[in-house]
Amino acid sequence: MFETKGFKVFRWVVLIPLALFVLVPLYTMITSALKPMRDVLGTFQWLPAHPTFQPFADIWTTVPLGRYFANSLFVSVIAMVCSVIIAIFASYAISRYRFRGRGAFSGVVLATQMFPGVLFLLPLFIIFVNLDRLAGAHLFYQTRLGLIVTYLTFTLPFSIYMLSGYFDGIPRDLDEAARVDGTSALGALFRVVLPSARPGIIAVAVYSFMTAWGELLFASALTNAQTRTLSVGLQAYSSEVNVYWNQVMAASLVVSVPVVVGFLVLQRYLVAGLTAGAVKA
Amino acid sequence: MSRRLAGRVNWNKVTPYLLILPAILFELLIHVTPMIVGVWMSFVNLTRFFITNWLAAPVAGFANYSIVLNFDKPLGRQLAQSFGVTLAFAVLTVGLSFILGTLAAIVLQRQFRARGPLRTLFLIPYALPAYAGIITWKFMLQRDNGLINQLLVNDLHLFDQAPFWLIGDNAFVSLVVVSIWHQWPFAFLMTMAGMQSIPDELYEAAAIDGASVWRQIRHITFGMMRPVNTVLVLLLFLWTFREFNTPFVLFGSAPAKSANLLVVTIYNSSFIQWNFGLGAAMSVLLMVFLILVSALWALWNRRVHN
Amino acid sequence: MKVRFLAASAAAALMLSALTACSTPTSESTDTSGPTGTGSAPSAADQPYAGTTLTYWATNQGSSLDDDKAILQPELDKFKQQTGITVNLEVIPWSDMTNNTLQAAISGQGPDVVNIGNTNATTLQATNAFMPFDSAALTAIGGKDKFVASAWKTAGPAGKDPTSVPLYSQVYGLFYNKAMFAAAGLQPPTTWEDLVADAKTLTDPAKGTWGIVAPAGTVNVSMHIEYIFAAQNGGSPFLDDGTPDFVTQANIDAVKRYIDLMATDKVLNPSAAQYSDGVQATNEFATGKVGMYMAQTGNVNALAQQGMKPDQYGVVPVPAPAGGKSVGSFIAGTNISVFSFTQHKEAALEFVKFMTSAAEQEILNKAFRMISPVQGVPASAFAEWPELMQVWPTILQNNAIPMALVSTVSAYQTNVGGGIVALFAQAASGSPVTEDTIKTMLDEAQQKMLAAG
Repeated sequence: MFETKGFKVFRWVVLIPLALFVLVPLYTMITSALKPMRDVLGTFQWLPAHPTFQPFADIWTTVPLGRYFANSLFVSVIAMVCSVIIAIFASYAISRYRFRGRGAFSGVVLATQMFPGVLFLLPLFIIFVNLDRLAGAHLFYQTRLGLIVTYLTFTLPFSIYMLSGYFDGIPRDLDEAARVDGTSALGALFRVVLPSARPGIIAVAVYSFMTAWGELLFASALTNAQTRTLSVGLQAYSSEVNVYWNQVMAASLVVSVPVVVGFLVLQRYLVAGLTAGAVKA
Repeated sequence: MSRRLAGRVNWNKVTPYLLILPAILFELLIHVTPMIVGVWMSFVNLTRFFITNWLAAPVAGFANYSIVLNFDKPLGRQLAQSFGVTLAFAVLTVGLSFILGTLAAIVLQRQFRARGPLRTLFLIPYALPAYAGIITWKFMLQRDNGLINQLLVNDLHLFDQAPFWLIGDNAFVSLVVVSIWHQWPFAFLMTMAGMQSIPDELYEAAAIDGASVWRQIRHITFGMMRPVNTVLVLLLFLWTFREFNTPFVLFGSAPAKSANLLVVTIYNSSFIQWNFGLGAAMSVLLMVFLILVSALWALWNRRVHN
Repeated sequence: MKVRFLAASAAAALMLSALTACSTPTSESTDTSGPTGTGSAPSAADQPYAGTTLTYWATNQGSSLDDDKAILQPELDKFKQQTGITVNLEVIPWSDMTNNTLQAAISGQGPDVVNIGNTNATTLQATNAFMPFDSAALTAIGGKDKFVASAWKTAGPAGKDPTSVPLYSQVYGLFYNKAMFAAAGLQPPTTWEDLVADAKTLTDPAKGTWGIVAPAGTVNVSMHIEYIFAAQNGGSPFLDDGTPDFVTQANIDAVKRYIDLMATDKVLNPSAAQYSDGVQATNEFATGKVGMYMAQTGNVNALAQQGMKPDQYGVVPVPAPAGGKSVGSFIAGTNISVFSFTQHKEAALEFVKFMTSAAEQEILNKAFRMISPVQGVPASAFAEWPELMQVWPTILQNNAIPMALVSTVSAYQTNVGGGIVALFAQAASGSPVTEDTIKTMLDEAQQKMLAAG
């Protein structure tokens, strides 16, 4: 594509406002996290008048942020792993086999994208409680396991949908050749398909992790003080004697940095994964 | 493995079922069963009187539906109003997110110096946990100590009286802006991914034929992007229509009427008012609507493609 | 093909849900010895429940969850010494209380003993989640006569066994900033008209000072004020049989009087429309930016937390308009309940008895700065400030009415309280709030409540 002067001007007309739009909240988050409490109560200051790192120390004691952090990490990682593994098998079946019920299965998977989460909230809750009663133990209700299972409701359909699209893009000849050589179906999946599907798998993993890390509705209804995750915990800074905006911003920053860094490191896989997955789909 | 055994069990037929078995089990546990329970709830009178013994809740038939669909009465009117707000919110958010995402993807398609950093920057709002971004916006939108009013009132003097952004009619504007902020990078990511798969030769050939940049964009980019775009817009629409995080973090459980999204209405009816039957009926209606939209989209998509 | 798949999965799901449903009734009776069960034999005759462990959800009464723990834990230790019963304490923020109670009620899993807001006592009674205090249970906790009569009324409608008993009482009062009143040469108001006139004198938006503050974005406070004001007008939002009766002049005037503080009297900072909980309003008052604040007894604690000492402000009953009924508050506070699914009913009752004993009542109400609902317990929370020590019990005895004892109070709160919050938002953005607007709001609230049941 050759670039005219008009296009270059157009480029900056688009990019500058967009960059500002993206930057301003990030700027607010960072600078406000460096302000003492009294400076976030009055009118907004563009630059911190009394810069301090105190909020970053205070956030751990105002609410048990460390525990929330550990809970979020645990729940998100396990949800991601489960989602990826289950999706790999299912997507492989959808992509490589023609079997009875294939259409129905992928139809159901896609249809679940339409269900409002609130519809599931109380039923899941009732199901969890009764499973616990059956088992006679706290397995699902207000546990991390329960939350993980819940999170598969969002991550699994999208993962299967994306990954089967990605598998479709890997030439069948490759694994068929392996099958002719006597490799089993699983062998072909693990030795031939998966290595070429790395970007797709990473894309799905990143998506699953981020969804679980950011989820609020189910986390607020299905956790207790012990199993609470960050998304709910961050609200707690607002319900104490004051709204500790500086601490809210500092905590937001702290919980965001690991995810953002991980995301940015993996973004090229994400683009590659989405390219194949989405374009084929 | 002996040949005889292999002959008895047709592995080729069984394998796909074994492969999808875990997925099916989970779908049953987390989607199909809750959905059936949810639909059942919409047909019983599951109010506070029965929450300790919900199996004893009296069958309501279509009573819950007739309450929420009676648009002459305040509850039905509220639902209709909430539906309208949600629809406007979804259309605006998806439309603008899609336009911003596409614009950014187009101007960042070719290599130039600031391309890498900008691409990274644009993806940050999507990578940020949703609540962290929203809570930052909530701070910015505060009337007395927020950045927005500092800018508009104190610095630029655009208003005499500091406006409210989280209550009244402005709440809707805030809701849309915050959702777009968080969502447009996904549109950007998808379109960017899609555009990378368009072969350079197409542009080169068009350039040799003397087509301008704008012509190339219109004919090649938009043409090749259609399959991605249709999926993208549908996904965005389905997600936005069910959006809960943004209104809940911004406004709590009592949002302004202008920003009263359906999912929050359902949440309130269920978890604040403890009338789960009504909440479930609204959920089912919402689901039916989304299925209809998707079906129409699929039909339209098939017509366009064939 | 598709149909068959769907049918098969639906059948499987039905089986699964039937399976889970069937188990519900049976499992309750089988689970007698959980991890918290009564394990060991009684160690002494006077400690028949020794070895039992109870779980107690306490509401957040003090300035922070940790504060509450620090106050309650020594008392629980004392209880263990006396009875051998261990109490596991969990302090729950008010914002989580509804959801937690709901979940415990549905699931049958949760604490043995729980605190509730007394406005919800009748609503929660309707859920059957709490054990009724029948005459035997009442005897076990020391009889109902040990409670102050007015506070006892909050336990539930007469003629039905209550499912909660009062633990801490508090009432609304009008807090006024002594220094600001002195500087302006004002006396604390005795009528609503006085209040508005005083507030106008104090208001100076240019300096950022306002006559009065209210958490105008807060649903439950808006409901409280509406209820009190309606009573001042000689009305009530409910008929005697509990049917909502919102569209009456008494209710319309009540809402109007509250909204007018912002809309026409202009003595309430429009920013208050965004105060979605009490803390911002408390903060405004504590920092000396406003002259008056209608708030509950517990606010003494919150103000101290924010650096305002009780000698810096005075408290008088919330005044009624000239000629109105002298109602300044409803009887607010916290009740204590026993969950009906507890495995340790006797131990739980023992605990309720302990918590409502005169000795504990004095310690706890002093620590939380509440008024004791138990007879003969002095308001020693305010011993250092004679004015306060005198005014709170006076309001409670002469000036306060019980909240409507109907099971729809929480719906009333959502619909009317929410409606008032929306009207404040309207007033804050400068659009007028007329009697008709209010009437429409009340009418819609009433119809919604009737429809939703």
